[in-house]
Amino acid sequence: MSSREQILARVRAAVAGAPEVRIPRDYRTTGAEAGRVERFAERVRDYKAVVHVVPAAEVAATVADALSRRGARRLVVPDGLPERWLSAAPSVERLVDDPPLTAALLDAADGVITGCAVAVAETGTIVLGTGPGQGRRALTLVPDYHLCVVLDEQIVPSVPEAVARLDPARPLTWISGPSATSDIELNRVEGVHGPRTLEVVIAL
Amino acid sequence: MRVALFVTCLNDTLFPGTGKAVVTLLRRLGCEVEFPEGQTCCGQMHVNTGYRDEGVRLARHFLDVFAGYDAVVAPSGSCAAMVREQYPKLADGMGATRPGAFASVHGGRSGFARAVAEVTPRVYDLSEFLVDVLGVTDVGAYFPHRVTYHPTCHSLRGLRVGDRPTRLLRNVRGLELVPLPGADECCGFGGTFAVKNAAVSAAMCADKVANIESTGAEVLCAADNSCLMHIGGTLSRQRTGVRVMHLAEILAATERDVGGPMSREVPAVDPAVNGEAR
Amino acid sequence: MSAGPGTFLGMPAFPKNAEEALEDSQLRFNLRKATHTIRARRQAVVDELPDWAALRAAGKAIKDETLRNLDRYLIQAEEAVTRAGGHVHWAADAAEANRIVIDLVRATGETQVVKVKSMATQEIGLNEALESEGITANETDLAELIVQLGDDWPSHILVPAIHRNRSEIREIFLEHMGEWGRPAPADLTDDPKALAEAARLHLRERFLSAKVGVSGANFLIAETGTLVVLESEGNGRMCLTMPRTLISVVGIEKVLPTWRDLEVFLQLLPRSSTGERMNPYTSTWTGAVEGQEFHLVLLDNGRTKVLADEIGRQALRCIRCSACLNVCPVYERVGGHAYGSVYPGPIGAILTPQLRGTASELDASLPYASSLCGACYDVCPVAIDIPEVLVHLRAKTPHAPAERLGLKVAAWTLDRPSRLRRAQRLASRLRGLLPRRRLPGPGAAWTDTRDVPAVPEESFRDWWNRTEGGAR
Ligand code: SF4
Repeated sequence: MSSREQILARVRAAVAGAPEVRIPRDYRTTGAEAGRVERFAERVRDYKAVVHVVPAAEVAATVADALSRRGARRLVVPDGLPERWLSAAPSVERLVDDPPLTAALLDAADGVITGCAVAVAETGTIVLGTGPGQGRRALTLVPDYHLCVVLDEQIVPSVPEAVARLDPARPLTWISGPSATSDIELNRVEGVHGPRTLEVVIAL
Repeated sequence: MRVALFVTCLNDTLFPGTGKAVVTLLRRLGCEVEFPEGQTCCGQMHVNTGYRDEGVRLARHFLDVFAGYDAVVAPSGSCAAMVREQYPKLADGMGATRPGAFASVHGGRSGFARAVAEVTPRVYDLSEFLVDVLGVTDVGAYFPHRVTYHPTCHSLRGLRVGDRPTRLLRNVRGLELVPLPGADECCGFGGTFAVKNAAVSAAMCADKVANIESTGAEVLCAADNSCLMHIGGTLSRQRTGVRVMHLAEILAATERDVGGPMSREVPAVDPAVNGEAR
Repeated sequence: MSAGPGTFLGMPAFPKNAEEALEDSQLRFNLRKATHTIRARRQAVVDELPDWAALRAAGKAIKDETLRNLDRYLIQAEEAVTRAGGHVHWAADAAEANRIVIDLVRATGETQVVKVKSMATQEIGLNEALESEGITANETDLAELIVQLGDDWPSHILVPAIHRNRSEIREIFLEHMGEWGRPAPADLTDDPKALAEAARLHLRERFLSAKVGVSGANFLIAETGTLVVLESEGNGRMCLTMPRTLISVVGIEKVLPTWRDLEVFLQLLPRSSTGERMNPYTSTWTGAVEGQEFHLVLLDNGRTKVLADEIGRQALRCIRCSACLNVCPVYERVGGHAYGSVYPGPIGAILTPQLRGTASELDASLPYASSLCGACYDVCPVAIDIPEVLVHLRAKTPHAPAERLGLKVAAWTLDRPSRLRRAQRLASRLRGLLPRRRLPGPGAAWTDTRDVPAVPEESFRDWWNRTEGGAR
């Protein structure tokens, strides 16, 4: 008997006669709509990320400002990122992922700019889904600085609403603040292997 | 209402004063209390140490003795929790992998399960009985001392008695209740754990004692003499001068007791020396 | 590197280990500080959710339902992973799992792998197995790195180096980083930020050139074949994303039926484990993605044996959050090493004896490594009644003859009120003779630190009889 058959047979023998289980789903499947954007901003800030809440028309200026403050000149720009977001930063050198950027090139970049698939207010989470303007996973991992533009309508109040919006067939990365560790005396310290600086622009 | 006192084997043998205090208190509140003499032990020590068959036999005995009462009052959170929380598990789970556990008890497993369903919902810890059944939080007690309260794990997390004991204590005249830091942490007794893992048990108790001392209380109160025996034994060994008292003993005390035969005066000397320590 | 299960074999019983650990005051200080910090944080983020109890009930039921139909869900997961271009392997035990991974690594021609912390690979001793075949496993989690560099054992599920404080970590980095790769800067301070930076630099080169990654997974979604890994540092993302070949070793109990079920577990797990609303990074992927080759190794290694025990099987609901460790008064004082297993604390006390059996003295003593205070059950996000399982396992393990005799005599005495009365009267008569401060034999374990209560002149039942319940 193969291990597969053996394991399945053991499982069947182990649970034979056990009663079926009903799953109660009495938890909230929607969160509070009121204060959604403010809550998201506040909770992303709790993770020591930099957050700007601006009207959609000011995204380009805010992005340009953030990049110049950071001194970011060589920026990874994933395919499908709205052109207008970078319209106020013409001098920034764009690194495009075609042909795919090597790890060394990504490492040498000053940062990466992306959009996102969905964001969660209650947990201050941004989810990247490798869709347009998000790029493959390494693009937002290797550079030390991640600038992310989140649109008002992408922010859902709660985790269940985010899960429902996402497509599991795509690789997803849920990001809640900059890279951090709790490994030293169980206290959160920001900045390990992922981007150590996360800056979020919320476009209303 | 027929109220039975389940004094518990530990109180019966080592701390009769606690049983007497319950009787005094309940009578003062207008309750007729019976003491079913067939009672022995709930079986907690045996079940929790891994002697399930013996425990089931003692449980069956308990169910027989206490059948037919309107309420069974136990001055012990852990014994009440054993009956109310663990008997049902014994009935439907723990015996399952070894049906032999029920072979020697009359009625077998199904008879046991029926008795559990019948008797256990009416078993109360003292504070539950006072607050929920009798509906009193002021029992007319007087105890002019600085007291801190240790909630004990099985009252807190098993029975979930919540703030019932401290509500009762707050209404005791003269009593100053001081909060105990780290109150919800286990004292380290744990039945046979106290001897099987004596070093860890002692380390846990050392922290509990340090917290008790930090309150400046004269008396440590709890609703379980097993934990009090452990903490009190350590308090006494360390000559802290802090005395331990069961909740029932404080609630039974009145103005009349001060200086009288049932005096609750805190002794000035090391309690271990005058034979009062637990 | 000595973090494998082999190291733990032949360890003495828990009480002995615990006693030694208790003497290490630095250890106790570190543990106390860390566990108290995390307790408060967990409580705060749990209290924030008004529906925590409902989430917990759902989490428990989802896991139970999965276990009830595990055969079906495993097959479903296998089909979904395969459909998405991944390869699925089944391993009945540790040796088979190690063999599979070794062969897969060999096939790539590589001799280095990067690893993201995983309990399953620790459980099977994968690092040692790879080592013996000339393959170096590089741990990349900060705490695992501390453990690996310090030639130490993990002592916590989530934070394997919880027993180390910042200045100890600094010393380990200064002394040993150079042996494995880029050394720590000579002026390294014990500021946690500086320590994290040293780890970042030390591992960066290795991540960027890694060809093979090895991981575990927190969840495997049967419906879609999606794997889910929660982490903090980004080392997980590195290991999952950068290598061309990814091998994930996953216990069969990690399955969840549907994608939707994540809405429950992505709330339960981060809040319970690191006390955050959400952990910094969660990666999900389905099959072979972004040009990677993907292998899933499904691991039994004793789990089906646990599944067969009606009471014990609830341990398989565990999502390894470590909340039960952090709240446990025993763990807080002795740390993880005393449990002699990769699974320490309350969950270890119920899981290890079930996975490994109770043949060794240590494993047989684990079900007793608890005062049954119930704090673990209270915090467990999937409501594993750990005290219930402990008591159940105590009943299943053999007892020492002397203890057996003692408890039999006690049971005999308590069986009849007349016998109890006789014993009480005997004790009362002898009360003057009973020492209060030094008991002989096993009683010494009590009187080492505690006085014994005085035996009263009269038991309660005798008083009741004599006075007719105080009426006379
Ligand atoms: S037993 Fe429960 S609390 Fe402990 S690690 Fe597992 S899921 Fe977490």
